[in-house]
Amino acid sequence: MGFDPRHLERNFKSVGTSPIRPDGVDKVTGRARYGADFNMAGQLVGRVLRSPHAHARIIKIDTSKAEKLAGVKAIVTAADLPDLTDGNSEMYAILDNCMAREKALYDGHAVAAVAAVDAHTAKRALKLIEVTYEVLPHVTDVDEAMKSTAPVLHDTVFTEGVEPKPDAPSNVAKRTQYGHGDVEAGFSQADFVVERSFKTEQTHQGYIEPHACVANTSPDGTAELWVCTQGHFVYRQHCAELLGLDVSKLRVTSSEIGGGFGGKTHVWTEPVALALSRKAGRPVKLVMTRDEVFRASGPTSATSIDVKIGARKDGTITAASASLRYSCGPYYGMWAELGAMTAFACYNLENVKTVGYEVLVNRPKTAAYRAPSAPMAAFAVESAIDELAKNVGIDPVEFRIKNAAREGTRSSYGPVYGPIGIGPTLEAVKNHPHMKAPLGKNQGRGMACGFWFNFGGQTCTDINIGMDGSVSLAVGTVDVGGSRASLSLVAAEELGIAYEQVKAVVADTSSLGYNDMTDGSRGTFSSSMATISAARNAIQTLRERAAQTWDIPVEDVVWEKGHAIAKGEKYGNLASLSLKDIAAKSGNTGGPIAGHSELVADGAGVSFATHICDIEVDPETGATRVLRYTVVQDAGKAVHPAYVEGQYQGGAAQGIGWALNEEYIYGSDGRLQNPGFLDYRIPVCSDLPMIDTQILEIPNPNHPYGVRGVGETSIVPPLAAIANAVSNAAGVRMTHIPMSPPRILAAIEAEQAG
Amino acid sequence: MAGVAVTTTINGDEVEFLCQPDETLLDVLRDRLGLTGAKEGCGTGDCGACSVILDDRLVCSCLVLGAEAQGRQVETVEGMARGDKLHPLQQKFLEHAALQCGICTPGFLIAAKDLLAKNPDPTEEEIRFGLAGNLCRCTGYDKIVRAVQDAATVMKGA
Amino acid sequence: MRYERPSSMEEAVGLLTGATGTAAVLAGGSDLLVKMKGGFIEPDLVVDIKSIDGLREIRETSDGFSIGSAVSCAILGESAVLRKAWPGVVEAANLIGSKQVQGRCTIVGNICNASPAADSVPALVAAGAKASIVGPGGKRTIPVEEVATAPGKTSLTNGEIIDAILLDKRPPHSGDAYLRFIPRTEMDIAVVSAGVSLTIDEEGVVKSARVALGAAAPTVLLVEEAARILIGSKADAATLEKLAEACSAACRPIDDKRGTVAFRTKVAGVLAKRAAATAYARAGEK
Repeated sequence: MGFDPRHLERNFKSVGTSPIRPDGVDKVTGRARYGADFNMAGQLVGRVLRSPHAHARIIKIDTSKAEKLAGVKAIVTAADLPDLTDGNSEMYAILDNCMAREKALYDGHAVAAVAAVDAHTAKRALKLIEVTYEVLPHVTDVDEAMKSTAPVLHDTVFTEGVEPKPDAPSNVAKRTQYGHGDVEAGFSQADFVVERSFKTEQTHQGYIEPHACVANTSPDGTAELWVCTQGHFVYRQHCAELLGLDVSKLRVTSSEIGGGFGGKTHVWTEPVALALSRKAGRPVKLVMTRDEVFRASGPTSATSIDVKIGARKDGTITAASASLRYSCGPYYGMWAELGAMTAFACYNLENVKTVGYEVLVNRPKTAAYRAPSAPMAAFAVESAIDELAKNVGIDPVEFRIKNAAREGTRSSYGPVYGPIGIGPTLEAVKNHPHMKAPLGKNQGRGMACGFWFNFGGQTCTDINIGMDGSVSLAVGTVDVGGSRASLSLVAAEELGIAYEQVKAVVADTSSLGYNDMTDGSRGTFSSSMATISAARNAIQTLRERAAQTWDIPVEDVVWEKGHAIAKGEKYGNLASLSLKDIAAKSGNTGGPIAGHSELVADGAGVSFATHICDIEVDPETGATRVLRYTVVQDAGKAVHPAYVEGQYQGGAAQGIGWALNEEYIYGSDGRLQNPGFLDYRIPVCSDLPMIDTQILEIPNPNHPYGVRGVGETSIVPPLAAIANAVSNAAGVRMTHIPMSPPRILAAIEAEQAG
Repeated sequence: MAGVAVTTTINGDEVEFLCQPDETLLDVLRDRLGLTGAKEGCGTGDCGACSVILDDRLVCSCLVLGAEAQGRQVETVEGMARGDKLHPLQQKFLEHAALQCGICTPGFLIAAKDLLAKNPDPTEEEIRFGLAGNLCRCTGYDKIVRAVQDAATVMKGA
Repeated sequence: MRYERPSSMEEAVGLLTGATGTAAVLAGGSDLLVKMKGGFIEPDLVVDIKSIDGLREIRETSDGFSIGSAVSCAILGESAVLRKAWPGVVEAANLIGSKQVQGRCTIVGNICNASPAADSVPALVAAGAKASIVGPGGKRTIPVEEVATAPGKTSLTNGEIIDAILLDKRPPHSGDAYLRFIPRTEMDIAVVSAGVSLTIDEEGVVKSARVALGAAAPTVLLVEEAARILIGSKADAATLEKLAEACSAACRPIDDKRGTVAFRTKVAGVLAKRAAATAYARAGEK
């Protein structure tokens, strides 16, 4: 579905407005049902026993005492989840992560689970399970894990992507490389070169709702699962594969989701809940505690990155290279690869090379986190760009404008760009009043750019028109931040009816065809394409019914402003028929009127943003305060502008937390020391200023309305923007995220000491 | 463990329940009384998603024992609307798009109600510090603060 | 677990003394319930003291103030007389946790939790506050700094309960202040903190002073050397720098998830001098 340029002149009626969301009243009255708000008759309480060791061989699990405890109905271990993955290493990693098989690979790794009549009994039962461990040496730091002396997590892992094939196992699972040109030749032409190393600590998505599900399996081979997830079809696929169920016999209903940000994109405890239910013959509710959420779900990669960028005196970048090492937890993931792809995506480079290393460590399995891997790479690159601009003597915004990618640029990761928003966001920032506002003592300003690919993917949507003319829109992408509102707007726009006439729901897996999950900023992009397509199919039927009513050829019936109109002089006296008129008679004109759509939403338009922020640093304590923050981002077309702004603000806030205070802190014993919101410090209301936003609309050529995904890019620039601001305020370049007060104070004191 | 019989008032209605002595008020509300508006985000008083008003004091219901509710007044998000008429805060949260995932919303509404009851005309800073016990991971707080400011204006005029 | 809500101190002491297994006192519950949730403590008996007569009152006595041990910090913050006399103590108590936690938490709970980072304790120690204790052996009164003996440990013996915290009347020209360092603006445990209380004469010369540091040692630290530096001065910049150095020198902190030894040592001095400046300014206003 290509962009229809007529939309540029089109006066949208619904799209571009910000009405109240259809799920809003339920959410402000406490009626909305999230993962833990659902119960089934006779349900048991499930709890998981987790490894206290970072790395240990499981010698024996003795459940006999726990089994004898009154009220315990089922206990499962890895033995109850046999390996059905048939050589699929990605699924095997998910299975092993759900329930440790031979080794516990991180503090918090599940080793057994209990279902009991109540929480008390389940908790007591966990204490009665005796696990014999052989504790092994562990490694949690990404750089340490790469050393030849480091404990090896898997003796079956040999670094992929290097020639010749290594003969010793390694924690480096894979090496990947991107780029073009000749960087050495490029650096030789440079008048200025900046070369620096950066580190970022591991962070968690920090959704307020812990993972929760209710599982119910039946002896007849069917099962149901109520769960908070970003993708119930994906969860169905995972659970069916891991438990040996027929996919269509497992019905998964997605609850309201209390935040995901990538962390609810693959299964954690759901297969365990199903296994418990299967063994107990009763429904099982399994809700993670906050401690479990931090120790065993999420997090993003910790990273260590080297960047080198060279420029001529006139400010033209001649070459850029980066080496990126990303922690994956104990299982391979393409995290460093995504970092390598995105690192220099904002720039028009003749010579560029990035190399990524996927590093296995004794930490929880890395999961996607909003534009996964891009913020850390952007932190390193945008910090170096700032420093280079300063060395060359050009304003950092002008320096970036000079080198920005544009339509026709071959991106650092391969494809050639179509129309893109990096230049326009930079121009908007250049002209923004924020850039000219005065700064006080100990205050600094920073700015930075960010890129994200955006995804499309498999999507299926239904439109059903009621006989009263109201419209039910069933989508299969989970609504994480208001997409039911934006998709209702799109349906209303296409059908030419009022927004209030449409009711959008997220259908369960038995009611709609397969949908990929809500990730890659695809929810509104993909489902709006499918909604437009479904609406056009419904309109086709509506026209046919009108033609039938009038007894004229359907080709003579057009659909305008929610009405069928007979076109042509000869039909002059035929009054138009509204959607409601046609729906009312549908029982006599051929039955229910519906529109269906299934498609692969190709052509997600890439997304760019530029952020500005002002920070004050207390030079005596290293304390920071965010004074002002501005987000400029291309949305393609903002369907529901208030929720687009919300995505910009939310991503910026998460980025601010990451930049300043959030981090996983491991002890020398390999145990996580801060698995709670007290010491894993996400920003609170008083930490932040208002976050200004500016929405740019550079249409995506592959979407009928020009829509681009907007959810993720906003988290990419903040780490770098804040690092640049802190560096300007404190007078010392910050290279380690988070820039916590102790790190800032240490940097200031080191600088003063010379 | 012997259960504790408790008589209390929730959203104006007298309620009797039996709970375990170590059971929190949050668990009682959610699991025994079916009032799932209060959420458990942490269980340790760090996120505010379980906020309720207990005898005119804002508290985390995860840090109160169910047994402590004996003879007291509890107010939850379920009690904010009057019939089908939303409380001004509820209405303004909707109008300002002050919720994305919505899991923190009940806690924010209760905390904001308590804040405006004690300070009907708060500054932005007072709102931000007054709501610092409620974590939101989606919005960056901007639209929440604006919704509370707008609701305060409406409520002053009422 | 058994839950009891006694109506008198005698009954409460009797319950605790007669308890088999682990017994815990419940006032605000903001530490106790967190420990129960995490499984760090599984009490067999919880004694809720909030229904005991007088424990939820702040009384003005001939000597000063008596703050009942079940008075929440929110109530404390609403006491105009206390805010006027001991602003540093009140601001310290009001920094504990969120608005939600303020509605429940108490300074006695803060003291008995025996964390070196407790916000109200450095301010109370600087203020020379005393703890009134009731137990099976009768009543006794000790300085607040003698309650905590080590992280998580107190000098209270079996059956003893603190029923009130006692603060002296304030002489004219007195001021106190408390500052803590946290990475965020709210919701954190103090990385390091400082409380200062002082009295000046008509000429503005410090006559008496007490300086206490939090999260700088296993228990709250009373830094007598810092007080000596202040006394006789007008809290000028040079004095405050010396005070900061003395406080930093007195620190015996640890490296942990909240801060480093180097950071705590440096910032303890910075906070002490800033708190002293505020206390001095307050003293001048009265």
